Amino acid sequence: MNVKTFKEYKELGISPDILFWVGCAGSYDDRAKKITKSLINLFNKSGISFGVLGVEESCSGDPAKRAGNEFLFQMQALSNIEVLNSYQVKKIVTACPHCFNTIKNEYPELGGIYEVVHHSQLIDQLINDGKLKIKDDQFNGKKITFHDPCYLGRANGEYYAPRKVIKALRADLKEMKSCKEKAMCCGAGGAQMFKDSEKGNKEINIKRTEEAIETKSNIIAAACPFCNTMLTDGIKSHENHKEVQVKDISELIDKVTD
Amino acid sequence: MQFLSSLLFAIIFFSASFFFANNCKKIYRNINLGGSLDRFGNKKERFLKMSRLAFGQSKMLDKPIVGLLHLIVYVAFILINIELLEIVLDGFTGKHRVLAPFLGAFYNFLIGFFEVLALLVIISVLIFWIRRNILKIKRFVSKDLTGWPKNDADYILFIELLLMMLFLNMNATDSILQNASYSDLYQSYGYFPVSQFLIPIYDGFSLETIYIIERTSWWMHILGILFFLNYLYYSKHLHILLAFPNTYFSNLDKKGKSNNLKSVYHEIKLMIDPSYKIPNDELQNDTKFGASDIFDLNWFQLLSAYTCTECGRCSNDCPATQTGKLLSPRKIMMKTRDRIEDVSRNVDKNKIFVSDGKTLLNDYISKEEIWACTTCNACVESCPIGIDPLSIILDMRRYMVMEESTASNEIHTMMSNIENNGAPWPFNKFDRINWRN
Repeated sequence: MNVKTFKEYKELGISPDILFWVGCAGSYDDRAKKITKSLINLFNKSGISFGVLGVEESCSGDPAKRAGNEFLFQMQALSNIEVLNSYQVKKIVTACPHCFNTIKNEYPELGGIYEVVHHSQLIDQLINDGKLKIKDDQFNGKKITFHDPCYLGRANGEYYAPRKVIKALRADLKEMKSCKEKAMCCGAGGAQMFKDSEKGNKEINIKRTEEAIETKSNIIAAACPFCNTMLTDGIKSHENHKEVQVKDISELIDKVTD
Repeated sequence: MQFLSSLLFAIIFFSASFFFANNCKKIYRNINLGGSLDRFGNKKERFLKMSRLAFGQSKMLDKPIVGLLHLIVYVAFILINIELLEIVLDGFTGKHRVLAPFLGAFYNFLIGFFEVLALLVIISVLIFWIRRNILKIKRFVSKDLTGWPKNDADYILFIELLLMMLFLNMNATDSILQNASYSDLYQSYGYFPVSQFLIPIYDGFSLETIYIIERTSWWMHILGILFFLNYLYYSKHLHILLAFPNTYFSNLDKKGKSNNLKSVYHEIKLMIDPSYKIPNDELQNDTKFGASDIFDLNWFQLLSAYTCTECGRCSNDCPATQTGKLLSPRKIMMKTRDRIEDVSRNVDKNKIFVSDGKTLLNDYISKEEIWACTTCNACVESCPIGIDPLSIILDMRRYMVMEESTASNEIHTMMSNIENNGAPWPFNKFDRINWRN
């Protein structure tokens, strides 16, 4: 892949404009790694100057903080901030709404002040600026529903950037019965991703997937690697709807641009 | 006789006011059992938020029909209280419709307007009752709302209905007495567009009987209002007062931002650099991380517990509640209030709080509930008056993880992975960029 770390760039005497914060899921999870690659394709297609931290990146601390471990969170945050500040990073983009929220809202008080954007916002801007041109109409008229990630939507009030990206595909955007401010969670947040759920009558991801299936969409668009996992698992458990695909918005745009 | 009536009124009025003031003082004292929190800046923004949410009821109107009905009851409640001023003056002076001569034609308009409002309130309250008891809207019949809280809601509707009917009945009998020039007190004042339809009920009644009915309605109406005022403290109806401070002091930050504990920050800084100096104003003798009881929560969280109207919009939108988990954000607020009240009785009895061997966590709210939360903010988003149940849940998780170390093995594994590998999974940190190859 055509991507370099900030360390490698530094040795070349270059400092990229944007840091792509890959996140743990984007670095290690097989499904999320595909999203990472799609996004890097988009950056390369649009010719923006970016780099990653590579082995110098570490967990943003979000799952620790939401689980109540403020110590571990602040340890992670302070050491990440030290790395970010050493490269004088100004702008960060990430495909993970949890990293996005934490770095944007919780790092500043700890000394990490950056312009932080979610990949849906950057992609929307690149399309608007004409740096990404949509050349293929494979999604024309296709039914796509969008699942709002809690930490992008309610947590940060961004509901429109990912929808504008889907509309740029000329797809037929179908809203679920709960969406935007009222969107139902996929069930992964608050460290739930790493534990079994408490006793109940249904798994949250199954219920959310049912809402998505009700829209009769061909594709469920996600904008968070954890939502992606939860919804993919949800689809797997619905015998009759195995054809429905769960795709990150970056993967959709990657398919129709060159 | 006149004098005795005024004296009786004065005694009842001042007793009711005294009890109410006492309850207000108790709420203030109890809210201050919580820790400090700076929510005093950004006055303009806070005032605007209060205007939008509490005065304007903007979030109530998300559900347009109930929102409108609620708005009617709320506006009527405030406006009809203007009439209350006259009722109180009449009670003290022994006069009747004391403001009428001063206001002239405008008085007639006001009384007519209040009657229309009273009718609208009766209609709204009946619809509310039907929604709760016949249509059985899910959030009003779910298992997290039983016993006193469920009955409380119906009592409120009943009292409101009764007060409005007494008000109309008082006017109807009054207008009969006015037309009959029953006594000097019953001059021809007021305009009665609604209550005139009640007049035929009293066909064939003697004027003396009607006079007794009028006086009884008048007394029951004001006694009812004074009772209602003192009922607030024990009821979810307290929101009619506390919605204002609660929205004013509510969180202005992005919902995703969870506070960074300063005490933790200082400890980490001290670990890295032993010569680090903690700012004097932030020195604490006994730092306890997170919350196990109401004393560890902040005053705003306790204010919110008193403000909660138990409407259940939060739990309706909560993914955990929706999928049958024990967690219900409404219940988090209600149990917090229950605990405050138990502590309050303890303080009343012993002057200071004497440990009762109980804590909010475990004895009121279970760990199972706390761990079922996805921190998705749906509860915070749905609250019409700015309550944040999530902040209480997070504070309790902090206590469990940092003080007790009682999180599940899975959570501990996740945390030790972050500590050792910089990721929540057990991967080697030097493999972090292997995806590039």
